[in-house]
Amino acid sequence: MKIIRDIGQYLLMIKGMFSRPENSKMYWKEFMKQCSDIGIGSLGIVSIISVFIGAVSTIQTAYQLVSPLIPLSTIAQIVRDTVILEFAPTLVCIVLAGVVGSKIASELGNMRVSEQIDALEIMGINSKAYLILPKIIAALVVVPMLVVLAMVLGIWGGRMAGNAANILSGYTFDKGLLENFIPYNVIFALIKSYFFAFIIASVSAYFGYFVKGGALEIGKASTKAVVISCILILFGDYVLSALLL
Amino acid sequence: MIEVKNIKKAFGEKTVINDVSAVMKTGQCNLIIGASGSGKTVLMKCIVGLFEPDSGFILYNGKSFTGMKHEERTEIRKEIGMLFQGGALFDSLTVEQNVMFPLNMFTKNTQKQKLDRVNEVLERVNLSNTNKKFPAELSGGMKKRVGIARAIVLNPKYLFCDEPNSGLDPQTSLVIDKLIREITTEYNITTVVNTHDMNSVMEIGDYILYLHQGKKEWEGSNKEIIFTKNQLLNDFIFASDFLHDAKEMRMLEESGKIPRIRNTDNLKPL
Repeated sequence: MKIIRDIGQYLLMIKGMFSRPENSKMYWKEFMKQCSDIGIGSLGIVSIISVFIGAVSTIQTAYQLVSPLIPLSTIAQIVRDTVILEFAPTLVCIVLAGVVGSKIASELGNMRVSEQIDALEIMGINSKAYLILPKIIAALVVVPMLVVLAMVLGIWGGRMAGNAANILSGYTFDKGLLENFIPYNVIFALIKSYFFAFIIASVSAYFGYFVKGGALEIGKASTKAVVISCILILFGDYVLSALLL
Repeated sequence: MIEVKNIKKAFGEKTVINDVSAVMKTGQCNLIIGASGSGKTVLMKCIVGLFEPDSGFILYNGKSFTGMKHEERTEIRKEIGMLFQGGALFDSLTVEQNVMFPLNMFTKNTQKQKLDRVNEVLERVNLSNTNKKFPAELSGGMKKRVGIARAIVLNPKYLFCDEPNSGLDPQTSLVIDKLIREITTEYNITTVVNTHDMNSVMEIGDYILYLHQGKKEWEGSNKEIIFTKNQLLNDFIFASDFLHDAKEMRMLEESGKIPRIRNTDNLKPL
């Protein structure tokens, strides 16, 4: 029963976000602030994870491809496709669910508990539209950018690791990158990133916005937001892969 | 004027507000009093529309607020200022930005006009030099005064204060009470204060609505409350011996047998 109520409340929250802005300029400001918080705030962790994931992919792929019949450039192909198809969109979004999702849930939860959301409502401001919509739109704009950055840095990390460990030269790696490249993979990754961005922002906002109680409940809501977002991301990853690949 | 007619509100099986009616007039401080859990905050949240009553009506100057469409409600809400128990200031904004927020959202004034208005209301609540401070840097009393400044910045017709004195020392409480009284008279607004502070009741209670277990138990003014024969209200007001003595002192004051003991006329904000 609770899950049905939660889904209903979540859908009503999404519906409630769409209303005429009281002041477009203020909404734009809030949107830009959220872009900065989500984008700039996650840049460091996304960069570090991407570089190391790419590097580890190269080393582990080389470790498994022991046959002399397989050309070394295949390693670059495997790293490229793994990073583009899975690591960049899915892994980065799971990390973002932790970083951004918990921030959104705790920020809104704190606003709810300290009656700041009520204060907005009393002023005649649609708090869902002002607080949640800019976060979702900002996530939809910024998360795909972070995913593209993660693709680039992941492949670059793989190239660096291949060079550093004397597995394959930069030339061979670059040659492998261009072999059998399917541009659709990038589009597929971007579709996934839009889908995951919506999940991260909206699910976290839901748990934060409807928090009841005090500091303890904010913590619980934050954890719940991350866990549910991660599960939905993994489930969505499976569904989208089955449907679109 | 706000009219509350036969409001009922229940959460699950528990009825929190049971058939409460009241008339809150313009230009006076209307107090909702009662013990913790008596339904004061729920009633106030029903009046401002944060909770939807299960039955009954709320009228703002004769217009039914309960039956209004969302857009119409939004218009009424622009005429409402509210001071929350904890201040409900936006943590990430400075005092100036907090007070300017409603102006930014609802007016097309120039930055200078907005800043002038902010300074004017901050001065009105005696917080002239706090513009650049963040809420975390303010004391409880200062937060409440910033909350009042934000509530009155758009010249509201209705001011709601949810337990304005909770967590404050008696002297700061008096400052807040005095401010609420002055603003009510100065702007000729309908003020509704939710409190269980008996000092406030005596200082600003033009109209008092006493709730007991969600029901209206008594209504009257601060002049009448000390002479009430209602046992439940008497038990609530004079729960401490100190206040019992104060009742006698007050009666002596009222009869003119002794001079007024406390003078708040020259009270300075802390």
